[in-house]
Amino acid sequence: MSTQAPSADPSIQDQQAEHGLHPTEATYIKVAAILAAITAVEVAVSYWHGLGDGIPPVLIILAAIKFSMVAAYFMHLKMDHLWLRRLFVTGITLAIAVYIAVFLMFGVFQNRIHA
Amino acid sequence: MTAIAPGTHVEAHATGSHPAHPPTNTGISNEKLAMWAFLGSECLLFGALISTYFLYRGRSLVGPTPKQIYDIPYTSVSSFVLLMSSLTMVLALAAIQRGDQRRLRIWLLATALLGMTFIGGQVYEFTSFVREGLTLKTNLFGSSFFVLTGFHGAHVTLGIVMLLSLANLSARGKIPQEKSEIVEIAGLYWHFVDIVWIVIFTVVYLIPSPGLHVH
Repeated sequence: MSTQAPSADPSIQDQQAEHGLHPTEATYIKVAAILAAITAVEVAVSYWHGLGDGIPPVLIILAAIKFSMVAAYFMHLKMDHLWLRRLFVTGITLAIAVYIAVFLMFGVFQNRIHA
Repeated sequence: MTAIAPGTHVEAHATGSHPAHPPTNTGISNEKLAMWAFLGSECLLFGALISTYFLYRGRSLVGPTPKQIYDIPYTSVSSFVLLMSSLTMVLALAAIQRGDQRRLRIWLLATALLGMTFIGGQVYEFTSFVREGLTLKTNLFGSSFFVLTGFHGAHVTLGIVMLLSLANLSARGKIPQEKSEIVEIAGLYWHFVDIVWIVIFTVVYLIPSPGLHVH
């Protein structure tokens, strides 16, 4: 993916150098087109009953791809300071770990197996 | 008295020569760091709400159930609208980084309009669900669904207020190019609201839900 040309303004140049270059408008539009296409695939998969039990994992993988693309390109985590990525990933990891523990405590996965 | 090293952030802050330089050890401005810390904590809030919805899935004793009332094509269009608002938001940021105030306002207002369309769609959806007999008190599905999507809707509404305030500030010439980080921070919040909806749309709407809980 291409990146934005450096600004003529020295203070903006400093800012861009410090935070990493942001993508160009063309890149943003390409990312949005990919996100729209993935959304269409998600909806199609949800109606594809032939997939059976494969529907949830496929949908979760597609959602994870969309999530990562928005975070990486629109929120600039791909090119921004590493600390910010760590901060956000810590929040997500903590949330996933805590709620998987809750699910295990309530026997959610066990119920699904018995059903 | 301690001397200020030339060329450092501290010197820049003290002299005010480089307003774009954040005077912090990390090089990240406090505002941006605070927004990311806030978003990290929001992951836990929405994680709790989504998990609660997931825990209560298929445990309702009475209808209506998700299968009976969801209108997937309608919600898909709403999701598409919110997704495209993220595009207009980054285009607003790109505009202010180029110093283009007019396009900044156009894209901010376009983002706010797309956000309002999403909220309008949610209000219509809630109204039709209530008409079909699903309220906050009907069953476990109703309680967890309205709390989760209602909280998300409240976040989108707050985002719209932020966007309109930014458009107003820009019109009054209060967002110069070197202060583009204000738009970036508001954008971070807006994109977060979008990624939360990406998860809600999949987990709540698209993943097939079991019917009523039968003993």
